Amino acid sequence: MSTPDLLYSDVEEDLRSSVRALLTDRAGPAALLARVETDTPYDLSLWKTLAADLGTAGLMVPESLGGHGASPREVAVVLEELGRSVAPVPYLGSAVLATAALLAAGSDLLPQLASGSVIGALAVPLSTAPGSAFPSAVSFLDGTVTGRVSTVVDASVADLLIVPAVGPDGPGLYAVDASAATVTEAVSLDLTRRVADVALDSAAAQVICTGAAAAEALAHALTAAAGLLASEQTGITEWALTETVTYLKGRYQFGRPVGGFQSLKHRLANLYTELVNARATARYAADALTTGNDVPIAVSVAQARVSPIAVHAAEEAIQLHGGIGMTWEHPAHLYLKRAKSDQIAFGTPGRHRALLADLVDLPA
Amino acid sequence: MTAEELRAQVAAFLAEHDPASMSALDFLRARFDAGLAWVHFPEGLGGQGAPRALQAEVEAAFAAAGAPDNNPRRILIGLGMAAPTILAFGTEEQKKRYLRPLWTGEEVWCQLFSEPGAGSDLAALATRAVRDGDDWVVTGQKVWTSSAHLAQWAILVTRTDPDVPKHQGMTYFLCDMTAPGVEVRPLRQITGEAEFNEVFLTEVRIPDSQRIGAVGEGWKVAQTTLMNERVAIGGTAMPREGGMIGLVAKTWRDRPELRTPDLRDRLVQHWVEAESLRLAGERQRQQLAVGAPGPEGSAMKVAFAELNQQLSGLELELLGEEGLRYEDWTMRRPEQVDFFGRDAGYRYLRAKGNSIEGGTSEVLRNIISERVLGLPSEPRVDKDVAWKDLPR
Repeated sequence: MSTPDLLYSDVEEDLRSSVRALLTDRAGPAALLARVETDTPYDLSLWKTLAADLGTAGLMVPESLGGHGASPREVAVVLEELGRSVAPVPYLGSAVLATAALLAAGSDLLPQLASGSVIGALAVPLSTAPGSAFPSAVSFLDGTVTGRVSTVVDASVADLLIVPAVGPDGPGLYAVDASAATVTEAVSLDLTRRVADVALDSAAAQVICTGAAAAEALAHALTAAAGLLASEQTGITEWALTETVTYLKGRYQFGRPVGGFQSLKHRLANLYTELVNARATARYAADALTTGNDVPIAVSVAQARVSPIAVHAAEEAIQLHGGIGMTWEHPAHLYLKRAKSDQIAFGTPGRHRALLADLVDLPA
Repeated sequence: MTAEELRAQVAAFLAEHDPASMSALDFLRARFDAGLAWVHFPEGLGGQGAPRALQAEVEAAFAAAGAPDNNPRRILIGLGMAAPTILAFGTEEQKKRYLRPLWTGEEVWCQLFSEPGAGSDLAALATRAVRDGDDWVVTGQKVWTSSAHLAQWAILVTRTDPDVPKHQGMTYFLCDMTAPGVEVRPLRQITGEAEFNEVFLTEVRIPDSQRIGAVGEGWKVAQTTLMNERVAIGGTAMPREGGMIGLVAKTWRDRPELRTPDLRDRLVQHWVEAESLRLAGERQRQQLAVGAPGPEGSAMKVAFAELNQQLSGLELELLGEEGLRYEDWTMRRPEQVDFFGRDAGYRYLRAKGNSIEGGTSEVLRNIISERVLGLPSEPRVDKDVAWKDLPR
């Protein structure tokens, strides 16, 4: 095993700066809170700037297929920033999950997604873990697909659905125009990331790939998304720690800044320790997905370790902010909702520990 | 200075000095004199002012040639703490006198810092040094002194002025452990063995020429020693399943009759934590290599201590009936901690020291919260009070 690169390159830091500047400008806490209950919970104009103008939608897509020829490492940096801001954009569903599926399948639909002009969604429940059986909820027959898939991330704003379905010749991945499906937005626990139920009734479907290639493409998409999600979770952790430290330095009780009390300082020191671990672990997963080395272990370690850290950080942020942390007007709840949803997305930590136990030979 | 140039120097040195036909001591002395001991030290002091990162190349080349090593058991205190302190604060004469036999291992070093009443609050120490002509007369008691029974020399912090606040009245010395008035007693610990010592200093005469730094500047000098201590702990690369997790995982694989579902879930959780901590250590080394050291060191020590304690506890439970037994309570005086050579009961007990030695986890959490996160410091009630007026 070659030595993984766990640092950030200068190019990645430049990318981070431009993404952070955009999100700071366009997705501040007040704007987020104002938007979440409106009829347009997603900011598609922000998406256009982020995905198309900054080119982040096509980062891991080769230049020959309309992308930027970067790698999952750069996508991970974008996700860290999206975790820090919980901006309401369909990046995970389109630029990560759907794009990874099309990349693995070698589809000619990639350039549209890579350019950011088309939003894609992969029609599986967001909770689906790598290693799950190929879904059989949708069937393919005579050029059409029929069935229902619940809790699909970003489907409500998608133009293109990538649907795993089983036909007479076995499993396949199919492209379906979103207008041919009935997409019903669900009330999502995560206010800044939407899920929807997708109903397909003899919807016209174009074959992307079939057989083992389809199973592999789906498995790759779920693995890549699970591994990269750890970077978003690292971003959530970093936000929670930074915000809480700032708050506790300025909040006075008993005649002192609250952040001077040792019981609180030690909790923040513990969060810092967790952040150090989360960052290294998430970087390793992103690097593994880039080099192709040690991928299954790196991804399951990342999800087993970083998921609970992000939830812990968000929960600590609520508690240590005291009363204000429980209110709707403070953004802490948006991060808690994101962190808890992320813990379930692409497999819970327990699910990944079970995967890992087999991978590293710790039998029952 | 490049890695290639250094490798060429080592090859040239080895061509003239065959480790197989020379005594280990002669070989090490020659290596020191050739500037290939610690390459980042100055010329004439065992080095040549090369980048510190190149030391690993040199070590690897010598190890490959079967060269004698200068005994790892002395590294932590002599090489890791005394040497950088003498280099930073010693006079030219002191550097010439002490560094060569320290590096070759001819002279073993120990550290006379902690006292029964001054551990985490090191600046509260009470060992007195009083000037008498060209000498200082030192009286007091030190504790937790590794290798004191083997050492020729000690780095020593003393109180020289009780009338000023505690950080100002300290002075740093090199103490000859064979001098009259130095008494070393084993300090038996939780494991049954005496890895450490108590050291009693009764009117020990130390020449002023063995003072390091100015009178009253001992705290500043000691900070250099302590910073190097934290660098020395936990700086080496580790493979996956290195350390305690590998040992427990091996027992798990080898002994299916011991497995239970609850232990498995805990084991996998710890496996994940160990791998994550290993990656954090690797990331820190990569940052150091590009010259951007992060503040992660203290956090990693806290995490390591916790994990080692949990794993060593898990190991005992896993062993079940065997965990009820202990190999041997006979008092011994090991030269170094044999963590993996002894049984699970020893590991469980010895790991309790991981969150105390080299800075307690509580003090390290204060350091993280104050120096890394910038949170307000604890109120200092002793800051402007003369040391002699502090409650003890």
